[in-house]
Amino acid sequence: MESTNDLTTYTSPNSTDVAHWYRAARATDFPENGGACVKYGDKQIAVFNFSRRAEWYACQNLCPHKMQMVLARGIIGTTAGEAKVACPFHKKTFSLHTGQCLNAEEESITVYPVKVVDGFVYIGFTA
Amino acid sequence: MKHVILVGNGMTSFKLCEKLRKLSGDIRITVYGEEIRPAYDRVHLSEYFAGKTADDLLMAPRGWYHEQGITLHTGELVTEIDRTNKTIRTHHGITDHYDYLVLATGSGAFVPPLDGVALDGVFVYRTIEDLNQIIEYGQRCRTAAVLGGGLLGLEAAKALVDLNLEAHVVEFAPRLMPRQLDEAGATILAHKLTQIGITIHTGKATKRIAGEDRITGLEFADGTALPVEMLVISAGIRPRDEVAKACGLAVHARGGIQVDDYLRTTDEHIFAIGEAAIHNNMIYGLVAPGYDMADVVARQLTGDLSKKFMGFDMSTKLKLLGVDVGSFGDPFGETPGSIPIAFQDRCNGVYKRINISADRKHLLGGILVGDASQYNIFHQMVVNKIPLPAQPETLIIGVPGKEDEGAGVKSLPDTAQICSCENITKGDLICQIKDKGARTIDDLKKTTKACTGCGGCTPLVNDVLKMTLESLGVVVKKTLCEHFAFTRQDLYDIIKVEGIRTYDALLDKHGIGDGCEICKPAVASLLASIWNEVIAEQATIQDTNDRFLANIQRGGTYSVVPRIAGGEITPKKLMAIGRIAEKYNLYTKITGGQRIDMFGAQVHELPLIWEELIQEGFESGHAYGKSLRTIKSCVGSTWCRFGVQDSVSFAVFIENRYKGLRAPHKFKGAVSGCIRECAEAQSKDFGIIATEKGWNLYVCGNGGARPQHAKLLVTDVDTDTCVRLIDRFLMYYIKTADPLTRTATWLNKMEGGLEHLRQVVVEDSLGIGAMLEKEMKELMANYECEWKKVVETPALRAQYRHFVNDDASDDTLSFVDLRGQKMPADWNRK
Ligand code: SRM
Ligand SMILES: Cc1cc2nc3c(=O)[nH]c(=O)nc-3n(C[C@H](O)[C@H](O)[C@H](O)COP(=O)(O)OP(=O)(O)OC[C@H]3O[C@@H](n4cnc5c(N)ncnc54)[C@H](O)[C@@H]3O)c2cc1C
Ligand code: SF4
Ligand code: FES
Repeated sequence: MESTNDLTTYTSPNSTDVAHWYRAARATDFPENGGACVKYGDKQIAVFNFSRRAEWYACQNLCPHKMQMVLARGIIGTTAGEAKVACPFHKKTFSLHTGQCLNAEEESITVYPVKVVDGFVYIGFTA
Repeated sequence: MKHVILVGNGMTSFKLCEKLRKLSGDIRITVYGEEIRPAYDRVHLSEYFAGKTADDLLMAPRGWYHEQGITLHTGELVTEIDRTNKTIRTHHGITDHYDYLVLATGSGAFVPPLDGVALDGVFVYRTIEDLNQIIEYGQRCRTAAVLGGGLLGLEAAKALVDLNLEAHVVEFAPRLMPRQLDEAGATILAHKLTQIGITIHTGKATKRIAGEDRITGLEFADGTALPVEMLVISAGIRPRDEVAKACGLAVHARGGIQVDDYLRTTDEHIFAIGEAAIHNNMIYGLVAPGYDMADVVARQLTGDLSKKFMGFDMSTKLKLLGVDVGSFGDPFGETPGSIPIAFQDRCNGVYKRINISADRKHLLGGILVGDASQYNIFHQMVVNKIPLPAQPETLIIGVPGKEDEGAGVKSLPDTAQICSCENITKGDLICQIKDKGARTIDDLKKTTKACTGCGGCTPLVNDVLKMTLESLGVVVKKTLCEHFAFTRQDLYDIIKVEGIRTYDALLDKHGIGDGCEICKPAVASLLASIWNEVIAEQATIQDTNDRFLANIQRGGTYSVVPRIAGGEITPKKLMAIGRIAEKYNLYTKITGGQRIDMFGAQVHELPLIWEELIQEGFESGHAYGKSLRTIKSCVGSTWCRFGVQDSVSFAVFIENRYKGLRAPHKFKGAVSGCIRECAEAQSKDFGIIATEKGWNLYVCGNGGARPQHAKLLVTDVDTDTCVRLIDRFLMYYIKTADPLTRTATWLNKMEGGLEHLRQVVVEDSLGIGAMLEKEMKELMANYECEWKKVVETPALRAQYRHFVNDDASDDTLSFVDLRGQKMPADWNRK
């Protein structure tokens, strides 16, 4: 499998609006095909190292279903090719591209652009 | 744009909002609700006592109305309707103009005109506020009564029991639930309720509520009295028709806003729905007819006049845990010529009655007490006029446990209503499956909303799904998910034969795509069952509980459960648990599995806590795994004067033998020292009961949502034979069961049933006995305490932190006090 450290940029839908790239942690700190949570001020961001697809994703750590700070601990995977995360509590799944809830009618989650440069993971914020 | 105003924001009002929005975005909707909260699920109100919060009960959060472009005013009572100018006015003085007005004002509790109803301590049972008051007042009381022994009254009485009060039910009629049950059914129900601690007083006319400022008791017409400190009145409902009446709409003398088949009141611009409406002299005190009314009105407001409200069936089920009661169709056989057939088993507290038509062709209605598992299908048979079998009595005295899965739904016509909350028919479901490609329950929930109301229809929906898919030839194979076109058993063989050790290797060779939350944990469990290697090494394919080797709780903390084999523990170890729990401020509780659970550990604390526990000689209890939980024991011959064998030693031995063994689902065992069965072995996946000559081995029992007694496999075997048979039994289960299938369900689906199992395990008919035993030995040899491994392996340990980039702990966690220990704060902070 391709080493994720060599990946330079992963562009998410609105990465053009990014005002600030936050250097979160080393790419190797994130488990393969899994996530970990990043603290950014008061915000908690779930970051996923989808190493099988050589892709990185980030979204809010908060699950809108029962307002639990847990999405980073969810299992990631795909449905018809679309990357998603399943909340560990009640298995509501959310698209990592659009943030939309895929198997229920929950509110959408916010997704953030991620890039990996020189072995470091950066998350893009608009402010 | 047309402006529709809804008065009342209860269940049917919410449903109308939802339906209107589904049909058209082109209507301006404004809702005025008297209660301070947006609409909530009144049907499940009693779950408030069982821990549901007000937010859990909401039909939709406030934000939903906003998203849907619906203006919601809560805490606004509509007090006036000016029909000439088409305006309404609220008690805060807001006025608003409507084109159409819908009255969904529901009903209030009917309070009989008795002396003393205004005393402190007298309540009704309708809103969350009522419940808050009952809970608060109840803390100062020991005894309480419910006035009214109907459906709601009994629910209220159970709530009082849950509040630790001595509960009484006072009913004027000579029996309970007089509108749903006959004498025989009500007698059995009364007996059941007595068993859960409710005292029943029937045939009691209440004369007066006694007390000076606060209630002190009830006085009855027959001169007797009942001293109680609190009273909940549940004597019926009274439609909220006051605004309708004041503006001159026709209302019924007994209450209720008069409506026609289109739910129109006497003003063609005003509709009434739900419990506030009276249609054909009927007030429907149930949610399903209210939803149907909402549907009719939603269609009309969007220009579809094709649907009328045709009346509704009043079948109901009581929602008390452990007290099964259903009443459907014509329960009393009032249809001319109807023939009743009844079955009564006083010993087990079961009563079933069906009324069949004079020509013996159709089911008219009936009553089920003690076992209402057939309620759904009987109800469907009535509603859809399904032809009866030649011997209708077999319906209620049929052989239990032998029902053919799905056979019931096959006989239903497409018009059969399956989900009554959302009015979804069998045809609707089939259409979604056949034409719109729905393949799972989740698909159906999303597209039809079936199962999303009370959830009671889920088993039937599942049957329809299964049946339809089979007819399409879709599920020739029960594949795991979109990533693996194999069953669990196929994958078991592939992994074993090819020696596959990782999920990725399996996916690369035999799967497609990139996996998901269904196949990852299923394969994780298979790998664990086959190789019994430490699962923490493939952490990200595990379900949360297995990923962090602890059960996740509300709020995101975890629990710690060390193994206490057989429930036996030394005082020294007890003190160690006490010390460690105190140090990390953990909530402690004795579990139902005879051991101690410590709750509320933060993820970074887990390795620290386990490190200390391991030092004290503890091991993982695998409370999180699909693996052996506990072997429960009774004290047995070592101390008990009746014991015939040393059940504790055997339990400890067995628990240590199978600890850490991964299986398709969790499994549990128990050993009792004699036939008195204090360890409840017959409710376990395998249970052992001592006899004078050895042991009786029972298999495939479980508690849980669908309890089932274990079945006797062999009698009077010696210890070695017993262990050998369990080895074979478990290994056979591990190899052949579907994912997340307990042994009981596995057996129920097994062709040939218990006899087949006995042939394989005891008689070794397949000649695989020795192989099963050998495989079990290999798995046991691979056992390693996974917590020890994590504590000692820095790379694994490093995963136990909340943030990757900061040592801070999660500051969103918050706890409140619970009887001197901590507990997570309310979990819905929306
Ligand atoms: C702690 C405990 C309740 C208690 O306070 O006593 C408990 C707690 C949980 N039970 Fe249980 N069960 C506990 C005894 C039981 C029992 C009684 C028993 O074992 O004698 C039963 C019924 C008997 C049976 O299993 O046949 C029981 C039937 C269930 C079920 C339903 C299983 C079924 O087949 O229907 C679930 C759901 C599941 O496993 O899918 C469940 C699931 C759960 C979970 C793991 C739910 C979850 O995933 O979070 C709970 C985790 C609590 C935690 O955070 O640690 N629990 N659970 C008990 C722990 C026993 C232990 O020492 O390990
Ligand atoms: C404890 C309990 C258990 C139940 N169990 C079941 C069950 O198992 N199965 C079942 O089918 N049904 C059950 N029901 C009945 C079910 O809850 C009702 O049928 C359903 O809620 C009726 O909906 P509705 O919209 O007509 O009235 P409601 O849900 O009562 O809503 C009416 C709303 O209108 C408000 N309102 C009234 N007048 C005004 C006004 N002038 N201005 C503004 N707002 C106003 C009220 O405050 C209320 O919030 C149960 C009810 C209770 C109380
Ligand atoms: S899963 Fe078990 S412990 Fe949790 S609430 Fe249900 S019964 Fe209680
Ligand atoms: S909290 Fe995330 S699915 Fe329930």
